[in-house]
Amino acid sequence: MNSILDIKGVSKFYANHTALSQVDLSISSNTIFGLLGPNGAGKTSLIRIINQITGPDVGSLFFNGEPLMAHHQKSIGYLPEERGLYKKMKVGEQALYLAQLKGMSKSEAMASLKEWFEKFEITGWWNKQIDELSKGMQQKVQFIVTVMHRPQLLILDEPFSGFDPINATLIRDEILKLREEGTTVILSTHNMASVEEICDDIALIYNSKKILEGSIDEVKEARSGNEFRVTYQGDHMAFAKALWIDAELKETKTIRNNLHSSTIKIANKKTPNDLLKAVIPHVDVLGLEKVIPSMNDVFIDRVNEINQGSDE
Amino acid sequence: MNKTWLIIQREYLVRVKKKSFLLITFLGPLLLAAGLSLVIYLSVKENIQHKVLIIDEKAPAFNNLQDTKNIEFNYGTGMNLGQAKDLLFNSDYTCVLYIPRNIENSNVSKLYYKKQPSSSVIRVIEDKVESVVEELKLKQYNISREEFYDVKTNFVLNSIKFTKNGEEEKLDKAASYVGFFFGAMIYIFIFLYGVQVMRGVIEEKSNRIVEVIITSVKPFQLMLGKIIGVALVSLTQFTLWIVLTMGILAAVQSTVFKDYYDPAAIAAQTQVTPDIAKEIQMENVTQKKFDLLDPNNIINRTNWPLMIGLFIFYFLGGYLLYSALFAAVGSAVDNETDTQQFMLPVTLPLTLAYVLSAAIVENPEGQLAFWLSIIPFTSPIAMLVRVAIGIGEGGIPLWELILSMVALVVGFIFTVWLAAKIYRTGILLYGKKVSYSELWKWIVHK
Repeated sequence: MNSILDIKGVSKFYANHTALSQVDLSISSNTIFGLLGPNGAGKTSLIRIINQITGPDVGSLFFNGEPLMAHHQKSIGYLPEERGLYKKMKVGEQALYLAQLKGMSKSEAMASLKEWFEKFEITGWWNKQIDELSKGMQQKVQFIVTVMHRPQLLILDEPFSGFDPINATLIRDEILKLREEGTTVILSTHNMASVEEICDDIALIYNSKKILEGSIDEVKEARSGNEFRVTYQGDHMAFAKALWIDAELKETKTIRNNLHSSTIKIANKKTPNDLLKAVIPHVDVLGLEKVIPSMNDVFIDRVNEINQGSDE
Repeated sequence: MNKTWLIIQREYLVRVKKKSFLLITFLGPLLLAAGLSLVIYLSVKENIQHKVLIIDEKAPAFNNLQDTKNIEFNYGTGMNLGQAKDLLFNSDYTCVLYIPRNIENSNVSKLYYKKQPSSSVIRVIEDKVESVVEELKLKQYNISREEFYDVKTNFVLNSIKFTKNGEEEKLDKAASYVGFFFGAMIYIFIFLYGVQVMRGVIEEKSNRIVEVIITSVKPFQLMLGKIIGVALVSLTQFTLWIVLTMGILAAVQSTVFKDYYDPAAIAAQTQVTPDIAKEIQMENVTQKKFDLLDPNNIINRTNWPLMIGLFIFYFLGGYLLYSALFAAVGSAVDNETDTQQFMLPVTLPLTLAYVLSAAIVENPEGQLAFWLSIIPFTSPIAMLVRVAIGIGEGGIPLWELILSMVALVVGFIFTVWLAAKIYRTGILLYGKKVSYSELWKWIVHK
């Protein structure tokens, strides 16, 4: 797949610390890319470099194969985590102003804004001052000014924060629609549920370094151990005894009388079939599934791994 | 460039459309004109009706004084001064005017009053008596009034200081005061508009829109757009103030003060608003006996086009220089209360120049005045004070003015450059108290 943005060996240093260290990333066109990492990991620095707010100290970036230049700014839309608009300016005036700064002509901007305002059902707000709007309403306006110039690359930093569930769904649907229409989205968030729901690929940044990258499925698959969850009817003590020596019973939950669900980690050379063969004589197996870690688990596991590694 | 223009437009329109701008712009001249009018009104308008009792020892020469709106002349025929004085306390007479027998020789008469009449009332009485005395003398010498006006001469003596280098016009302190006025205006307006730039920067930083905008434009464009936008606001305000003040004053003068119009009172006010006085002077240039017609009057000796031209140049230069620094201060803090530590060093030179301008008035050609008017941080105030005494012969050398102007241009280019370095880092930094050493790092960082 073509990549819209290639980040090669990017480092950024500040007076007393390193914000980014040798980060390589490739973001495929027409995908939603989750940029994950704890606070202070370097995500904002990376986003600012992509936005050309600051430059990298080392490394280079390529937009559609060309070295990233000032004229690419009009192809990028950015929703910063800390939202902000001119409080005393009218919604319409402000949106027009920001659209023109992005290089749109006034008539183009009017047409695009009209469309978006209708879609979000906020046409009546055009002449309202920003500080007359509720926080959620301001967020909607901010989302519109981010996407109104039809950017090829959209960078959204915590796009769902501050929205009620209905509007969060509206925004999520718009993001998915934009991807369908060919937009690439970089989504920086701590909300792992939304990452699993809409991201195609992710990268995890920690302590200025990229520590994990890939498609959601690949990453989860790679991080999953040989763990299985078996649901069965019968005596759970009998089930435990039936397990051979190199299978580890991690936990057992009783769903109701005699109905249990147990998580078992088996040795790498063994298969689920071996597990079933061992337990079927003792209990009635109702189901078996591979345990896939959530993105949350992946995130925490990987970060802990790095921390332990650096402790040693 | 196109984007900088968009920013200039926004900064300009947002401010010009503000209610407070409209209020200050339109109310300012109204208040100023009202204040001036009030002063003039109080000095010329007398609510008290004066009833003057005339004791005329030369009767009936003074029997024909015409009453005015608020002065009524009565004749104490057959009364002597002592009787009149007694009567003054026991009647509704407000004054006793005593015309002595030898008035053509002494040119003095006396006015006794219970309550001090206003200067305009005194002047009216003076004028009336004077014209009768003139009439008496003309008759005595058998001269016609026309001949008299032909002979009457308005003489001007120009005093000139003589030095080794030749003739030099005497140091003109009054002119320096005009310069002082302009310097004070520059001081006030640089602060007024510079702080607007700083507030704008803090607003953008604290509501985080700056991060959205600098994904479209360079921080430098944003800063420059803001500075120029506010500069245009200031020029708009000046223009409106001058035009409106003149308009209102002219209107007030031609209606309310038609009868009471007193040029001397206005001339007295000219230290405060020379531009207005000039306008008034031009309108009244045909009026007789008008102080402002006196070529020695400071209003007439001031070179207005030069002063106003230089005022605009030095205001803009000083504003650009200081507003860039104000923008840098705004970018380095999170809110206005944190600006204190940086404001003092930024505003110190300007305040110093203002305070020292009193010394410059005393000695506009001294070493202190010279250096203050060359250094760009102080020259907008210092040079205006100095230049008011004139350029070239009798004033400051032309090369000093040119050097000062060039230095100011170089100065603001330097501060804009310096401020841009602080600004581009400062606007992205939140929640951190910035120290001077940190600012220095931002400046030297490539």
